[in-house]
Amino acid sequence: MNDIPENTQKLGVTKMETAAFSENWSPPPFIKNPLLRWGLLLTFILYLSLSIGSLDVNWERIYVGLDRGAKFVYGFMNPNFSGRWTDISEGIIESLIMTVTSTAIGIIISIPIGFGAARNLAPLPVYLFCRSIIALSRSFQEIIIAILFVAIFGFGPLAGVLTLSFATIGFLSKLLAEDIESIDKNQAEAVKATGSSWWQWLNYGIQPQVMPRLIGLSLYRFDINFRESAVVGLVGAGGIGATLNTAFDRYEYDTAAAILIIIIGIVMLSEYISGYIRAGVQ
Amino acid sequence: MLEIKQLVKKYQTGDLAIDRVDLTVENGQVIALIGPSGAGKSTLIRCVNRLENSTSGEIWLNGENIVKMRSGKLRRTRRSMGMIFQEYALVERLTVMENVLSGRLGYVGFWRSFLRKFPQSDIGAAFGLLAKVGLDTMANKRADELSGGQRQRVGIARALIQKPDILLVDEPTASLDPKTSRQIMRLITELCEENKLAAIINIHDVALAQMYAERIVGLREGRIVYDGNPDDLKPNVLSEIYGKEDWTNVRKQKTKNKNSIKEIPNTDEHMEEMQ
Repeated sequence: MNDIPENTQKLGVTKMETAAFSENWSPPPFIKNPLLRWGLLLTFILYLSLSIGSLDVNWERIYVGLDRGAKFVYGFMNPNFSGRWTDISEGIIESLIMTVTSTAIGIIISIPIGFGAARNLAPLPVYLFCRSIIALSRSFQEIIIAILFVAIFGFGPLAGVLTLSFATIGFLSKLLAEDIESIDKNQAEAVKATGSSWWQWLNYGIQPQVMPRLIGLSLYRFDINFRESAVVGLVGAGGIGATLNTAFDRYEYDTAAAILIIIIGIVMLSEYISGYIRAGVQ
Repeated sequence: MLEIKQLVKKYQTGDLAIDRVDLTVENGQVIALIGPSGAGKSTLIRCVNRLENSTSGEIWLNGENIVKMRSGKLRRTRRSMGMIFQEYALVERLTVMENVLSGRLGYVGFWRSFLRKFPQSDIGAAFGLLAKVGLDTMANKRADELSGGQRQRVGIARALIQKPDILLVDEPTASLDPKTSRQIMRLITELCEENKLAAIINIHDVALAQMYAERIVGLREGRIVYDGNPDDLKPNVLSEIYGKEDWTNVRKQKTKNKNSIKEIPNTDEHMEEMQ
């Protein structure tokens, strides 16, 4: 009966001895085969230097261009808010309306798609369907979607709102689904074990776990949508982007500068507010 | 009364977790289910609640076969089985009260639970239970603000508010210190006695099992290898359940090798207390 504990003890001692005797240690390499390891590194360096070499740098053109760039930057030193203030304020207000509407629409649609795209909730057909919506939304840049929607719905903020809503779905649903997939299973299981219905299970077992992230992502998407509303305006989908485009077309860099400063200000403000809210919901 | 007949659970990987288990739990009987890790203790009670589906066999609770139930019926039956979990499994971002009231989800409709408008009787019962486990002042705290022992008390209140016939308890003390472990085990067994509840308590701590359960069932590799009185749990039986190990001389060994920290872990402390 006694031989077993003695054995374990012996084992312990030998373990300690070996630990004391091996002095050198280095972490195991990420790629075991040294030939492959160094070969890959060498290939990468070779490829990188060749690629850099293939870049056609025209120094003369850059020298001329610097001058133009300076003019551009100089224009921005003197932002002109008052010259076209009505245009600017209308554009900003339109952009804000577009941002709020598209973010709201996007969130409302994203939540069910996000739940459907979480493998631990949805059956396979629903999962694949929702994942393909997400993939579709994510594979196109906003500008391309905006051009399509402008073609369908004509110039103006409607095309912009639809574009941004569509882009929001891809962003929010994907990240929401990933958050749902990484929830603590035990908490959800405990709610299920009480005899709750499926909806109650979602409301008590899942929702509390993903809510802070959902709020954080929505606020973050609000930022992005405001910035994007300036971009999609360039192709005629309404908002401040249209005003900005006109200013550039007329070489009114001072007005453009004013617009950009307002955009930066609003983005910073919303960043600050969303940071504050996110800290509160954690 | 819970009656498990020839229950088999085979995982998709081919591992046999439960191997033809027969077990009957009388009304109001508190059973400790002991056995090494991986013996199938958790799987067994998870099969009873249908958090996992068994491969074959029958589980009868109050004259109905749980294995055959469809979702609506299963939900109603789950109400009469209160579960308590190893890692407490409270919804961390909900308040203590919401966690306790979630034990009533099987009884109230969706909108009531969504709006947190539970019937007054449920809220009264929740406060009563919280007072019983000594947490009545904590109702509006978030669950993640509590200590381990407090969380497990909330877990107990959540299980009891279901008004269950049986408690399924999965390693309730594995994450707790020895003192809190005893308090929790005492609380569970006292509440069982008070409410005439049956319980299956999975526990790998033999001494605790002997202290608080009236019947002990030993599981090894998915099979029942012991079923009987706590006092009959002799070293040869423990070897049968856990494998060969020195179950007697723990204390003597400790005094012999004063410098050695290496001991048969865990059991010695409790053995000490019992002697």
